[in-house]
Amino acid sequence: MLAQAQTVGIGTIIAVLAYLLLVVWLGWLGYSRTKNAADYLVGGRQTHPFIMALSYGATFISTSAIVGFGGVAGLFGMSVLWLTFLNIFVGIFIAFVFLGGPARRIGHRLDAHTFPELLGRRYQSKFIQVFVGIVIFLFMPLYAAAVLIGGSEFISTQFGVDYNAALLIFSVITAAYVIMGGLKGVMYTDALQGSIMFIGMMILLIWAYVKIGGVVAGHQALTDMASLVPGKLREIGHQGWTAMPLFGWGDKKFDLWWTVITTISMGVGIGVLAQPQLVVRFMTVKSKRELNRAVPIGGVFILAMTGVAFTVGALSNAYFNKYGSEFSGRIVKTLNQEKGQAVLQIMKKDDAGKWADIMGKDGKPAMAPITITETTSETAAVDQQTVPIVKGRSISIVYAGGNLSQIIPMYVTTAMPKWFGVIFLLTLLSAAMSTLSSQFHTIGTGIGRDIYEQVRPNHGGTVAITRMAIVVGIIIAVLWSYFFRESPIIIARATAIFFGLCASAFLPAFIGGLFFKRMTKAAAICSIVVGFLATGFWLLLVKAQEAGDIGIVQKITDGKNSILAGYPNWPSVDPIVVALPISIIVAVVVSIVTKAPDKEHIDKCFGEK
Amino acid sequence: MLGLQDKWVVLVYILCAASASLCVIYGFFAWNKGDDSVKPEDVKW
Repeated sequence: MLAQAQTVGIGTIIAVLAYLLLVVWLGWLGYSRTKNAADYLVGGRQTHPFIMALSYGATFISTSAIVGFGGVAGLFGMSVLWLTFLNIFVGIFIAFVFLGGPARRIGHRLDAHTFPELLGRRYQSKFIQVFVGIVIFLFMPLYAAAVLIGGSEFISTQFGVDYNAALLIFSVITAAYVIMGGLKGVMYTDALQGSIMFIGMMILLIWAYVKIGGVVAGHQALTDMASLVPGKLREIGHQGWTAMPLFGWGDKKFDLWWTVITTISMGVGIGVLAQPQLVVRFMTVKSKRELNRAVPIGGVFILAMTGVAFTVGALSNAYFNKYGSEFSGRIVKTLNQEKGQAVLQIMKKDDAGKWADIMGKDGKPAMAPITITETTSETAAVDQQTVPIVKGRSISIVYAGGNLSQIIPMYVTTAMPKWFGVIFLLTLLSAAMSTLSSQFHTIGTGIGRDIYEQVRPNHGGTVAITRMAIVVGIIIAVLWSYFFRESPIIIARATAIFFGLCASAFLPAFIGGLFFKRMTKAAAICSIVVGFLATGFWLLLVKAQEAGDIGIVQKITDGKNSILAGYPNWPSVDPIVVALPISIIVAVVVSIVTKAPDKEHIDKCFGEK
Repeated sequence: MLGLQDKWVVLVYILCAASASLCVIYGFFAWNKGDDSVKPEDVKW
């Protein structure tokens, strides 16, 4: 293992070891400053705003956001920047300015230490606390598995170690400081990791724009490539990397708009408001003043994360089209005569010196959209005709071998200087570990504090139970990482699925609990259960990509991927578009028809007593 | 504008920068406001 690791260079190994030593030291610092369960669960409610803001941001942004969604931007273009806007405006500004204060205040007044406990105590319902804890226990490991798989595959390819060994190393190191240091250990390490991520992404942004000739020139180069959009993407509405997909309803050509706006942008952009591991951050500070001070740090941090990843992902097309290695072959279709853009049948010389077509992995001819750089003097014989061999450069997804998640790493490897590779390695390690540590902590508190302690009131110490529960949570996440590794669609969408599920199931009860004194316990229970069931129904039977991957829908529809397969656009609509409005309506209607909550309890929650 | 093809992409590009700026401006003006820390007597119950 070590012999292989040496191929990555001694400088890289020293940098990674220094980083891990810092992480372990900060984890130990968290452990040494953890004196009671409130320290372990909510960081003692005295966290510095700088640490809180970076911890919130670093937890929010995983490798999935940088590499996964950055790759999506490489394919779909800058339209995914709507997610960045929602991340900043909703995920930071709305969350911190309007939700953070009441969540912190009510959480502190009710002595709540977790998101499920906050909801449970606000509505005086043990059922809510246990049910939300169970949802976290069942579905957060899927989100954690997505981060674990991404991080482990990255470590595996970077250091040449076996995937299973990488998974074990990655899990054990992260688990060690979460189990020992609690939320203090998690937040201290998050702050370090967030700082590394910020530096790495800012260098990436500046370098990417400089490399492509500046902001306007880079955008213009990308705009001029609109003809190179692959045919299959054009069919679903892709109009270029600096344009929105075609908008409308009732035709396949509008599918991409609904995917970009509902699944990618709304699912994650709105779902962030009800993320258990993020809401608990609001309960770690002393007052609203600390939240106010965290807002600018959070806003700039998120812009530097998703804003940079999505912009660079899209711009990578212009880079590869200008500097990528050249493909040779014959033109099968002219796309834009004026700009010299065409579809190329990729060819290579065989042993006899004759040009022959290259076949793709699927056995079909390998074709690529290119900008022609040279028409050579060589020719090939095709169907008894002589055609010229041309050379040209293509788009990101072609250079990434059709794999979305390879676009950003491929760009960093080819476009960035070698020294940046070490910084980017640490950036991705930080992104993965900061998200994973919070997931482990939240799963652990979900199992320990919200389920076990509620069903067994005469329990032992909270911290001991939570530590045991974190171990259980980690084992589940690791098992899911083995189980789902072969389901790329589920893993690629695990982040969006979990965020959307949290929004539909928890958001109406959470917002209602913070702002509406008339919101009743029955309304909260109905809203949570209906939101959960509606999301499950849509994911299992309607949303084509997820439903098709899970497979239940195919058994009841004779092999179709959606029960609405015959109706254009519906199978591309995210569950949040349907489940969240239903959940809100249920919350309002049930609140109206049920008895108002006990006034004494409401006064306790809102501080009028 | 800005070399971008579509007015909606121009809009979102500007909105991203504007929302981050809003966060910075808000933080600047609210830096010392909002000390509503919960007192021990508030959680006596």
